[in-house]
Amino acid sequence: MADRKAELIIIGGGPAGLAAAASARKEGLQDILILERDTRLGGILNQCIHNGFGLHTFKEELTGPEYAARFIKQIEDEKIPYMLDTMVIDISEGEGGIKIVTAMNPKEGLFTIEGKAVILAMGCRERPRGALNIPGYRPAGIYSAGTAQYYVNIEGRMPGKKVVILGSGDIGLIMARRMTYEGAKVLCVAELQPYSGGLKRNIVQCLDDFDIPLLLSHTVVDIKGKKRVEGVTIAEVDENRKPIPGTEVFYECDTLLLSCGLIPENELSNKLGVKMNPVTNGAFVNESLETSVPGVFACGNVLHVHDLVDYVSGEASLAGKNAAAYIRGESGSDGYLINIKTENGVRYSVPTTVRTGNMPDTLTVRFRVGNEYRDTNLAVYLDGKQLMKLPKRVMAPGEMEQIILVKAKVNEILKDSDVSEHEIVIRVED
Amino acid sequence: METRELTCIRCPIGCHITVTLENGEVQSVTGNSCPRGEEYASNEVTHPMRTVTSLVRLKNGKRPVVSVKTQSDVPREKMMDVVKALKEIELTAPVKIGDIAAENVAGTGVNVIVTSNDD
Repeated sequence: MADRKAELIIIGGGPAGLAAAASARKEGLQDILILERDTRLGGILNQCIHNGFGLHTFKEELTGPEYAARFIKQIEDEKIPYMLDTMVIDISEGEGGIKIVTAMNPKEGLFTIEGKAVILAMGCRERPRGALNIPGYRPAGIYSAGTAQYYVNIEGRMPGKKVVILGSGDIGLIMARRMTYEGAKVLCVAELQPYSGGLKRNIVQCLDDFDIPLLLSHTVVDIKGKKRVEGVTIAEVDENRKPIPGTEVFYECDTLLLSCGLIPENELSNKLGVKMNPVTNGAFVNESLETSVPGVFACGNVLHVHDLVDYVSGEASLAGKNAAAYIRGESGSDGYLINIKTENGVRYSVPTTVRTGNMPDTLTVRFRVGNEYRDTNLAVYLDGKQLMKLPKRVMAPGEMEQIILVKAKVNEILKDSDVSEHEIVIRVED
Repeated sequence: METRELTCIRCPIGCHITVTLENGEVQSVTGNSCPRGEEYASNEVTHPMRTVTSLVRLKNGKRPVVSVKTQSDVPREKMMDVVKALKEIELTAPVKIGDIAAENVAGTGVNVIVTSNDD
């Protein structure tokens, strides 16, 4: 017997969890519970004080905290229950597919919650130094960019004065500007890949505006300093990402920030046995954003890392809507099953399967490419028939791409087919 | 005729915009997908503008600082002046989104407003 009950349990009170909850309520679902481990709702947006959020969702340019506040207001206005300071430690399935969430907080200790559906909205984590294999000592002064962002923007403390940034992820670029504003000298941003991991706009407004050099195909090969960082050695890398001897340059600095990728935080999903996509480190999902475990949905950065919170909100709204439909017992006829295959430069897609019976009139499929492409096309085929061919001036791994599948067009090709499984292929073409 | 290639920074889409100039006058803007892009590109090649987002100190708040932004864009060369001016400001909690933290910051004619709630 569980300590609590809620029809829909949402794990995470960041942008994904908030949008999912608001959307499920809009669908008429009353019994919702959001579980958040921080002391307030909003997730990472609280520390993203820069602007650029909300142009799609609210048609205006907001900062992270302002964007979060819009959604938090919806949650408060709708009186959707949430628990703060609450860490979920396990999700399991009970009899008849009921979901049992085990959580703990300082007030109630360990407790269980029984639900009909769960939305995974735990977000992602930064890749830490330990996963980067940088030689050298382990002195103070090495931070992930997001940790530094928390120190500066939430706690009002400066991690250092002379900074080198490894990795050109968006948080690293944003922090280059933040640290400069706060009086630090940012010497350079080194990026292992021959292209940036972050958005072009952030290179323009966070690096170029402040004459901070971006060193592509460069990496940190040594960290000097026993107690505190005293400097780092940066070398150029060859096409196999191996440092080229003789290219080493020493940078005297007291701080090294790491912005080397984000990893969906899926420990709970793994424990539950959700099937994971090794490319995204997120769950495999169908058109309803439902994972391999029926009634368990995923959205936001726990599913795949997004560039734009607006897209997270859109995706999460869909997950909330579909979870509400699942709870109402409406998951239509399955129709045909379409597997989405990505190849020739397209690394993955979300979703990976489409049940045509549950497909909305238009379905957004999001993906990333594995390299920089100029003046190419994105081609989409259904059972070998071309659905679309979109000319693309520039595609880059740092910028998420999307296509819209139109149900009517899909049905037209599949109508009267006596085969139950079909295939959509997304690829880069000349 | 001069051609300038820009990446729009008005939103994270980052459109690739081409501007043609004749004697420093903008002749055409192409590649943008919204009117904001056209405005950005025209400004960028003549007088670049930026929104500044930063922090000011906060007394009696849950947190020691609160986030702020310029209510509209300021000239790019004024960014560091704005940031410097903000270091002199201390607000007292409670503060809420939209509160004015500073008027006419660094002589730009632009107000600075609070972007987080701390009550």
